Amino acid sequence: MRQQIITKLLAGVAGLGLALGAVGAYASPESDRQELIKYYQSKYPNIKIDDYVYGALAFDEDSKAQYDAIMEFPPYEADIDAGRKLWETPFKNGKTYASCLPNGGKNIAGNYPMFDEAKGKVVTLNDAINDCRTANGEEAYKLGDKNTMGKLTAYMRTLSDGMLMNVKVQGPKAMAAYEDGKKSFFTRKGQLNFACASCHVQNAGTRLRSELISPAVGHTVHWPVFRGGDNLVMLQNRYEGCFKQVRAVPPAIGSTTMNNLEYFHSSLSNGLPMKASVFRK
Amino acid sequence: MRKLHQVAMACAISAIMLSGTALAQNAAPKKEETGKDIAFNRTKGNCLACHGMPTVPDAESTGLYGPPLIAMSARFPDKAKLRAQIWDATAFNPASSMIPFGKHGVLTEEEIDKVTDFVYGL
Ligand code: HEC
Ligand code: HEC
Repeated sequence: MRQQIITKLLAGVAGLGLALGAVGAYASPESDRQELIKYYQSKYPNIKIDDYVYGALAFDEDSKAQYDAIMEFPPYEADIDAGRKLWETPFKNGKTYASCLPNGGKNIAGNYPMFDEAKGKVVTLNDAINDCRTANGEEAYKLGDKNTMGKLTAYMRTLSDGMLMNVKVQGPKAMAAYEDGKKSFFTRKGQLNFACASCHVQNAGTRLRSELISPAVGHTVHWPVFRGGDNLVMLQNRYEGCFKQVRAVPPAIGSTTMNNLEYFHSSLSNGLPMKASVFRK
Repeated sequence: MRKLHQVAMACAISAIMLSGTALAQNAAPKKEETGKDIAFNRTKGNCLACHGMPTVPDAESTGLYGPPLIAMSARFPDKAKLRAQIWDATAFNPASSMIPFGKHGVLTEEEIDKVTDFVYGL
């Protein structure tokens, strides 16, 4: 997405498909990703794409040094251990998550969210975990709950560390879900009138008060995060926070709107390595 | 209805844009707010989130989304134009990330008048 196109999107004067697309057809997710990277690189030629996984830290050496120090002895180890227990404890029927998820649950996080043709909708990794639970006679976890889904995924996602994000958008229904997520990302909302893109595209690398803003590319590879070292935050909980920040009513965690947003947002990080879980300010 | 809406929204506030002074403010007996108070208050103008004010010593940890506010009466000889910028920045730049304070009812008309006076003096 070139500068003018992004500006047009935020001004609401261009239809999304039209602004981003080649003539006649939808833009492919891969070309959206490339255009965004080009946009960031033209503003910040010295920052390597691989460093986008560090978010705002990539723009500030001191904060990055602090991050590196904290990551040597993460203060949230106990939560990861608790997550490992949840992961290893068999269901009442004796089955385990590993026996239910593809590839024993290893090296799969980068495939999610995925579009499930049979269900006709986007399925996040957290949804897949809940499907596992209900298929084995357990109750689904509350999607936004830190103590259950949060801790479990804080461990489970480490089993995919190093895998490259690999979200696929294939077929017309998947494409429609992707476009819906893209629309959520670029549409202004809330009393304060921001789109996600107002901050994470237009103003990425800029300070809002004393807060440096991260680029959207690289956002989705490292969840959950531990803010302040011990406050576990899952990706959609973070979306919720950003919606509230602009005084918009957030869609429910796990709703189609949130899942489609995560689908679009995740595809922007395709090719970047997964790494769970990390420290954030 | 609009009032109620604003109160509800003020409660939903979180994080930087909107962090924490609302409660403390409500508890104290109301004294007349100045344009500067409104501009600095994170739950009202929060202009410092985006603008430096180089001539105001206590304007600290300011953001960089927008240009520094300085020499305003020279740059905006017409005060009405300055007020209009604050009321709805998107009227002048549709892609602006500045909040449409008047249009979206973030500040009242009276508050915008006060902020305009304050900013005009910078
Ligand atoms: C008013 C500015 C603003 C808007 C609008 C906004 N955010 Fe944020 N966002 C922030 C700030 C500030 C942070 C914390 C610093 C950082 O990591 O960028 C943040 C952090 C994040 C993070 C965590 C990054 C990390 O690596 O820890 C994600 C993900 C995110 N935002 C997604 C979104 C989405 C999706 C939307 C739209 C629904 C959105 N944001 C809208 C300001 C904003
Ligand atoms: C979220 C960011 C943000 C906030 C908050 C904000 N502004 Fe702005 N402001 C901007 C940006 C960006 C511009 C640059 C022009 C544009 O895009 O509209 C700007 C431009 C201006 C200008 C025009 C300056 C010039 O030289 O052209 C004035 C005056 C101004 N802002 C006043 C204020 C006041 C007063 C407040 C608080 C009540 C405020 N702004 C809050 C982002 C912001």
